Amino acid sequence: MKWRSLILAALRSIARNKLRSLLTMLGVIIGVGAVIALMALGRGSQADIQAQIAGLGTNLLIIHPTSSQTAGVRAGSGTLNTLTMDDVALLDDNAGMLQEVSPVIRVQEQVIAGNSNWNTQINGVSVSYQTIRNHVMESGDFFSERDVKTRNKVAVLGKTVANELFPGQDPVGVQIRIRNVPFTVIGVMQSKGQSSMGQDQDDIILSPWSTVLYRLSDGKTVRTIMASAVSETQMEEAKTEIRALLREAHRIPAGGDVGFDIRDQSEINEMLTRITGTLTMLLSAIAGVSLLVGGIGIMNIMLVSVTERTREIGIRMAVGARPGDILLQFLIEAMILSLIGGLLGILSGIGGAELLGKVMGTAVVVSPMVIFGSVAFTAAVGIFFGFYPARKASQLNPIDALRYE
Amino acid sequence: MDTLVLRDLSRTFAMGDTSVHALRGVSLTIARGEFVAIMGTSGSGKSTLMNLLGCLDQPTAGDYFLDGIQVSRLDRRQLADIRNQKIGFVFQGFNLLPRTSALENVELPLLYDRSGRIADPQRQAMAVLEQVGLGDRAHHEPARLSGGQQQRVAIARALINQPAILLADEPTGNLDTHTSVEVMAVFQRLNTQGITILLVTHEPDIACYAKRIVELRDGLIIRDEPVAAPRLADSDLLAWPENGSVTGSGRS
Repeated sequence: MKWRSLILAALRSIARNKLRSLLTMLGVIIGVGAVIALMALGRGSQADIQAQIAGLGTNLLIIHPTSSQTAGVRAGSGTLNTLTMDDVALLDDNAGMLQEVSPVIRVQEQVIAGNSNWNTQINGVSVSYQTIRNHVMESGDFFSERDVKTRNKVAVLGKTVANELFPGQDPVGVQIRIRNVPFTVIGVMQSKGQSSMGQDQDDIILSPWSTVLYRLSDGKTVRTIMASAVSETQMEEAKTEIRALLREAHRIPAGGDVGFDIRDQSEINEMLTRITGTLTMLLSAIAGVSLLVGGIGIMNIMLVSVTERTREIGIRMAVGARPGDILLQFLIEAMILSLIGGLLGILSGIGGAELLGKVMGTAVVVSPMVIFGSVAFTAAVGIFFGFYPARKASQLNPIDALRYE
Repeated sequence: MDTLVLRDLSRTFAMGDTSVHALRGVSLTIARGEFVAIMGTSGSGKSTLMNLLGCLDQPTAGDYFLDGIQVSRLDRRQLADIRNQKIGFVFQGFNLLPRTSALENVELPLLYDRSGRIADPQRQAMAVLEQVGLGDRAHHEPARLSGGQQQRVAIARALINQPAILLADEPTGNLDTHTSVEVMAVFQRLNTQGITILLVTHEPDIACYAKRIVELRDGLIIRDEPVAAPRLADSDLLAWPENGSVTGSGRS
């Protein structure tokens, strides 16, 4: 048997029943099209989500003192008070793996504005904190280096605080009182929503660290140091560097209790991986089901085709076609049918994804792997579902096939 | 040189509990270049014999040698190859592939030819089409050909593999009398060129164009004799009356 004539014969038979071939292919077209479109949109929105999560700070490192242990009694986290502004300056000046470093001096206070009040957390931070946490201003400005230097009593409000103290107003320029110290509101930050641990990240007031440290706190204790690593991929190197620097500064011998702990946002990364995995599984399931349905459609039509062409099979057998030749002919026909369906599906999938992407405003990423995969899969579907009808055809008795009306 | 040798060939079909003996021991020898008509009423076993001779079926017992090959012990694949190499079929219903040109229909057996004997399939197909007088119809589809022309395409297809024997199963069954005689004329011409022809028919008018008649009844050969003076299809066609009636013309 010549491959060229086999393929030609299959194409001719498909072209002979154009409408029926198209309807047969429809299952595969829709299946492959849906998979390609969903994959393209999924990848696009995954890129969007990744950008958003990066905005939360995947390169964020949080350094805080660990609990001290005195005669077996362990105090809570942060009771050792071992971090100071010297440590912040040390890391800021010497750690090459760190982009930005900011202290966080935390005070919980009742805040009064006019005749309303609210209990919230006041964080004394440096200017770089805005970059580290990706805080975007909704109105007004973040404080400046000058504010830090002169210990200016300025406050930047989180969205929740602004809503509680000044419902429906822009608080920029208004005075608030924190433990009887008057602060001027200079800005309101955009909402960040809940953190991955369920805390309201907008129930917060940010002030220059110097103001909080010397006017509201004890003048020396830095509860937490926040830093951003140079890149997400160099988190471990950054941690090692921090550990080495702080050990030296605090004269902690190698192997001794370091007295502080460094955490990162790796659970967010893990969550992203998990979500992506689930999404891919879901899409594969959809792909599997729709291609299964398409494959059954092909099998159905091939069975009809075998019955309809019983006489042709008889003729071919009479002039010397082996059972294997007949098997191959119908197998190739089923495969071409599903491959053409697959190619049309790819085109309609890409077109559909572009269209949906435009309508929904999401990014569309068509990966060659997905296209290659679906072509291979549709060919496999053609062979798998074409085999039973093809085998049925090849097992026909030539005498009966020739007499078939 | 014997092309076809049957020795005590029998074929039994199981029909539920009973068995039907379609052939009860047929022995027959056909030499190269013969033109044999096999006759018999329906139920005589001639279709069964035809299927066995065409290697479409296997005998229950007995031997069948075709061109020196014992074919009664072969499997499906080997039988397919024998059909491809040694046998040319002509059927009552023409059995051409629809919507496929005459030329491609004629080429069909070469698609399954593994021997590679014929170097240029298309030229060979053209040659056999010209042999049956259809060189100018090569690119017509069967639907655009008359019954006689379709049967001649089928004959060309049967010839393309240069078979040892040409088997014609009621080749004139679907044709009018004049066209039937035309087809017989083609067979006679091929026979004079040395091609062995085995014709199955139930029409005595058609059988008498052959050189030898074998008659079957109830699965046995009851008559096997040469035709003293075979009718000549070409002279019958020349003497064909204008009104198309064939009664008595040229029968002597």
